[in-house]
Amino acid sequence: MIRSLRILAANPMSLFGLILVVIIVLAAVLAPWITPYPTHNGAVVDFAFANDAPSARNWMGTDLVGRDILSRIIYAYQISLVLGIVVLSISVPLGAVVGLFAGYAGGWVESVLMRLTDVFLSVPPLVLAIAMMGVLEPTLINAMLAVTVMWWPWYARLVYNIARSEREEGYVLAAEVIGASTTHIAFREILPNCLPAIITKMTLDMGFVIIIASSLSFLGLGVQPPTPDLGSMVAEGARYLPDSWWLSVFPGLAILLAVFGFNLLGDGLREILGVDE
Amino acid sequence: MSRILDIVDLKLGFKGYAGLTEVLHGMSLHINAGERVALVGESGSGKSVTARIILGLLQETRTARIAGKVSFDGHDISTMSGSQRAALRGTEMSMIFQDPTSALNPVFTIGRQFTEVLRRRVPGMSNETATAKAAQLLADVSIPDPSRVLQSYAFQLSGGMNQRVMIAMALSNRPKLLLADEPGTALDVTVQAQTLTLMRDLVTDHGTSVLLISHNLGVVREFADRIYVVYRGRIVESGPTKSIFGKPGHAYTRALLSAVPRITGAGLPEVPEISDDFLAPMVTHEAVS
Repeated sequence: MIRSLRILAANPMSLFGLILVVIIVLAAVLAPWITPYPTHNGAVVDFAFANDAPSARNWMGTDLVGRDILSRIIYAYQISLVLGIVVLSISVPLGAVVGLFAGYAGGWVESVLMRLTDVFLSVPPLVLAIAMMGVLEPTLINAMLAVTVMWWPWYARLVYNIARSEREEGYVLAAEVIGASTTHIAFREILPNCLPAIITKMTLDMGFVIIIASSLSFLGLGVQPPTPDLGSMVAEGARYLPDSWWLSVFPGLAILLAVFGFNLLGDGLREILGVDE
Repeated sequence: MSRILDIVDLKLGFKGYAGLTEVLHGMSLHINAGERVALVGESGSGKSVTARIILGLLQETRTARIAGKVSFDGHDISTMSGSQRAALRGTEMSMIFQDPTSALNPVFTIGRQFTEVLRRRVPGMSNETATAKAAQLLADVSIPDPSRVLQSYAFQLSGGMNQRVMIAMALSNRPKLLLADEPGTALDVTVQAQTLTLMRDLVTDHGTSVLLISHNLGVVREFADRIYVVYRGRIVESGPTKSIFGKPGHAYTRALLSAVPRITGAGLPEVPEISDDFLAPMVTHEAVS
């Protein structure tokens, strides 16, 4: 643990990523207490201050109905993070199980599972999500569902490839020789050897999930107003560029910072955990 | 004398797109209780697949076609179910591998893996008991600081240490049969000699039968009571170690013996890869005992 922190500290970019992520997570968790206008996450209207440029009162300006953009960005982080965590905590175990069994069992199990995975992978991810959201009602839950469906196959691929190479390792044969069951070997012997790669990819993916979710809501297919979402905030303000630039630029920067932070952190973790890609 | 392992007319083929590829063409061999038997032959002669059949692992491969009778301790393995065979592994029979370091899972400590092996025999053994037992067994294989080794990971130990750990683990459940597939080939010669001596002493103490699979004639000569020479899926010669090394009867055995590079120089001996007299009928030496 201390050794890991030292490696992280020795790499300024990763450390910067860690700091960004910590700030974003803390801000999201503490949103009701630290936002200047905690009520502005909902359908609040204050036309007296509508579409104001950044000022001492509203650091990042206000939106078309007078809500504080900074407050809304912090609340939007909350939604993005929850979405990312939910998506990953469903798609990672699902993908890992599929990949593990396909990689270790081989034979027809491998063929069926991996061809199924390939079917999902062959559809461009955003298109698949857009199609799903077009059919389903655009709610937060459905957005999570759509992103999850497009996300698990990547983990299936990742774990499958590792499991395939670990299957040939001596310790797997050794476990077979002492009579360990298939599930034991898959979950207790091979899976722990996949964890570094999974953790690294999860960190990198938090950023991508945030982008995809934002893209969906940018297109109006994700989280619906008045709930704040980075993507829909950018979309809303895009019509008023370049005059009311603060409407889009700050939410856009917020997306950038989150993705940047998670990517840097992920790269740092890759080094610490010794994952080569 | 009771036979721990008795293989009669074992045939193996792999079914592929191009039809059946035959690998073993009717092998017969046996191992008596407490006996150390070596299976010698070049790479691809069918030594390792024989071991995998004895362990019941190859039976799980769908492309493998196995015929013949394999009896272990009086029970016919060929008629057992997969789970019955699995129950024998790690308890009644165990195995030691070529490369001890890769045979240990890199993400768990030696102690944790050792405990798991011990629980194969006694499910639910408490951590304290298992750790104490493991430490004792490691001390038996002359590991100086067992508790430190138990807390280490395989990559933190030397190859020789890992080999000792493997030997201790393999013998911890007092198996009746130990399969040693080219043990320590990945180690340097002095360490290999030490661990072989250690292994020989332990199996003698425990009365464990050993099937040693090797292409290293020096190792075989030191270790085995009896030898089977395998060539292309057939046993070409069998008999007591002394008599095979003294009066090799089969052309292939003679070629194999002359293929050993001499330390005195004169270059590597020329040995044909295939020769008609290698396919000559099997030579059996009269058992001395």
